[in-house]
Amino acid sequence: MLRVCLRGVKATAQKSSGRIRLTNVQQCREYTTGESSGASRVVAAGLLTVTGGIGGTIIYAKWDHKFRAAVEKNVPYSEWLLGLALGPASQDAGLPIRKQMESIQPPSMMEKQMRTSKAKSEKKLKETTESALSQPTQNIQAEASAEATQIISAISEVQSIPAPCDTEPAAAAAAVLQETESAGAAEPLRERSAEEVAARLAQQNQDEKDIIASLSARLDDSLASSAKATLQAIGAQEAALQAITQHTHKLKEAMETEGPTEEKSTQWKDLEAALADRTTSVNVAKTALVKANEALDGLKSVIDKSRGLKITAARPLILAAEENLHKMVVDLDKVVSKVQSAESEAKIVAQYTELVNEAKQQFQREVSSLTPEIQANWKGLTGKLSTDDLNALIAHAHRRIDQLNRELAEQRVRGQIHMEAALEQQRAEDQKALDKAVGTATQHVKEEARLDQERKLAELREVIEAEMRTQLRRQAAAHTDHVRDVLKVQEQELRAEAEQDLSSKLLEQETRYRQLTQEQLDDFTLDMNAAYARLKGVEEAIDSHVEAEEEARKAHRLWLSVEALTYTLKTASAESPSMPLEDAAEAVRASCVDNDFALALTSALPEESLKRGVYSEASLRARFNSLRSLARRVALIDESHNTLYQYFLSYVQAALLFERQQEVPPTQLRSEDLDPFKLLSYASYCLEHGDLELAAKLVNQLRGEARRVVEDWLTEARLTLETRQVISLLSAYANAVGLGTTQAP
Amino acid sequence: MADELGRKWDRCLADTALKTATGVGIGIVFSVLFFKRRTWPVSFGSGLGLGMGYSNCQHDFRSPYLIHGRVVKDQ
Repeated sequence: MLRVCLRGVKATAQKSSGRIRLTNVQQCREYTTGESSGASRVVAAGLLTVTGGIGGTIIYAKWDHKFRAAVEKNVPYSEWLLGLALGPASQDAGLPIRKQMESIQPPSMMEKQMRTSKAKSEKKLKETTESALSQPTQNIQAEASAEATQIISAISEVQSIPAPCDTEPAAAAAAVLQETESAGAAEPLRERSAEEVAARLAQQNQDEKDIIASLSARLDDSLASSAKATLQAIGAQEAALQAITQHTHKLKEAMETEGPTEEKSTQWKDLEAALADRTTSVNVAKTALVKANEALDGLKSVIDKSRGLKITAARPLILAAEENLHKMVVDLDKVVSKVQSAESEAKIVAQYTELVNEAKQQFQREVSSLTPEIQANWKGLTGKLSTDDLNALIAHAHRRIDQLNRELAEQRVRGQIHMEAALEQQRAEDQKALDKAVGTATQHVKEEARLDQERKLAELREVIEAEMRTQLRRQAAAHTDHVRDVLKVQEQELRAEAEQDLSSKLLEQETRYRQLTQEQLDDFTLDMNAAYARLKGVEEAIDSHVEAEEEARKAHRLWLSVEALTYTLKTASAESPSMPLEDAAEAVRASCVDNDFALALTSALPEESLKRGVYSEASLRARFNSLRSLARRVALIDESHNTLYQYFLSYVQAALLFERQQEVPPTQLRSEDLDPFKLLSYASYCLEHGDLELAAKLVNQLRGEARRVVEDWLTEARLTLETRQVISLLSAYANAVGLGTTQAP
Repeated sequence: MADELGRKWDRCLADTALKTATGVGIGIVFSVLFFKRRTWPVSFGSGLGLGMGYSNCQHDFRSPYLIHGRVVKDQ
């Protein structure tokens, strides 16, 4: 019947549990379905807000970099996320400004440097320009100033158009400079130093000077040689001219004068000599002319070559040389033309003389044919002739006159024709000569004009150079003014700094001095105080001696009283406590009225000991032994186990358990040592060996009913221990005081 | 303190003995008077007496460990 019942109960239990489970599950499902719709809504909303927040943060971070930096700083993994979304943060927030600042710095410093170097170079340029005020200075200056323009343009980084009057070398130098300037611009911090520039200038000047020197030397040489040759030629031509004129003169003379034959023959000889002279001199003149022409050609070629070099400094030289050449050519031409005219005159005269000679000879022949006896020299024959001869002569003369008239007429006509032809010829010749003369004149004029132009160009260039120099000087003056101002400002700043430094140093020195004096004073006071203290110490020592005596006495008294107190302890017997310690304590208190320590100790004596006295150790030991068995018996009883059954068990345990009577307690108690039986054996051992304190400590570890049982004993033991401790302290103190006050002999 | 245990035991035993005896006596009385001299009231009475004595004894021994608390009402 019981089994049936049990089965039925089980079945019902199972059914009910099953139903309960089903309903639980249903309820859970309902809960979950009901909750799931709500939960999903909540989850969805939460997800939406989170994504919205993150997206918003990303977009704002993209727009505002500071915000992005703040987010990255504060939120741990945001930089990774933001890096993914936006790419690495662009660094153009803080650093570029610094970089710009840095980049701005060097250009300004550079400018300063350049300005100073520019000033230096300008000064140097000025010096060079001022020092180079010798002959070829003008163009050198022009060159140097051109160089200066290039340098200044290079330094100030302004592309200046080179002056249009610069010739090739300057242009070449400018090109070189511009190249270097571009290279310099590529590395903005590297620039040509003033010394370099000056060296370059000096080098260029030197080169120019050399070229000019050589050029001038050459020109001079050729000029000299050509001048010499021309002079020679001119001299020769003049000589020739002279000879020709002489000759013609002589010829004319010879023609006109009629003298005796000897004179005539001498005259003719002279004439011949003159003619020979003339021919030689003409030849000499011709050769000289040829030489001169050669020399002049050479000079011309040299001039052309030097002009081909195109150095402006050599221009005046060239100009001078050209002028000289021109002059020489002109002179030579003049002289040549003179010689030619003289020669033509001589030719005319020669023709005339020939004609005259011919006529004379014909007349002579006619006269001789008519009057063979009449001599040629008929002027002196007036008295020697007869009338017939005279008539014949007159008739002949008339006939001759007629003939001559006819001839004259004929001659006149012929002469007219001849004259016309000759005129024509002469005109043609004249024309030719004119053309030639015009040509030479035009050439000369052209040359002169060209020379004039060149001269004017040179002058203009000089003027321009002077103007440029004044402008540069003005610029330099402005620069010096500016530099002066800057220097003034700097000077003021430096002065202020220096004064500040000085004042601070002075202050420092003063404070140090004051410190030192103070220290001295302090030291002195310290010494004084030390001496005073020592004096005081000595006095105190003496006083303390007196005190020490007093103290010694007191210490003796204290010691005696403490001894008395200790003795009272010994009055305890086996079963009864000692005498009350009241009197002894009173005595002790009396003997240490002003000693706080002893008073405190005395007051630390427990009341019970004072009133009743303390038990001795032996009595405590005896009591313990009896207590031990009791404690063993109630070892299992504590707050939770205190039924009678437990009591019974505890009694059985005590009866059955055997432990050592005495056991050495370990230095450190472990948890298994807290067993009451063990503790009691340890305590027994301690007591047997006189260590009441440790025994009390061990007994103090008992718990529960055993503890309650030994409580009395424990308090008694504590009392005894306390009293003994206090008394031992007091005695130690008394001993110490006594020792302290005892003076060594 | 050490004596207290002994005293307690004395009290306890005396009390139990007394109670048992009293219970037996009352049991006898009731058995004789009301229950037709059956033994069960005697054993019942002795058991009663023993039980009471045991309980008293246990309470006496436990008395140091009992905590008497008071309900403090919040005011």
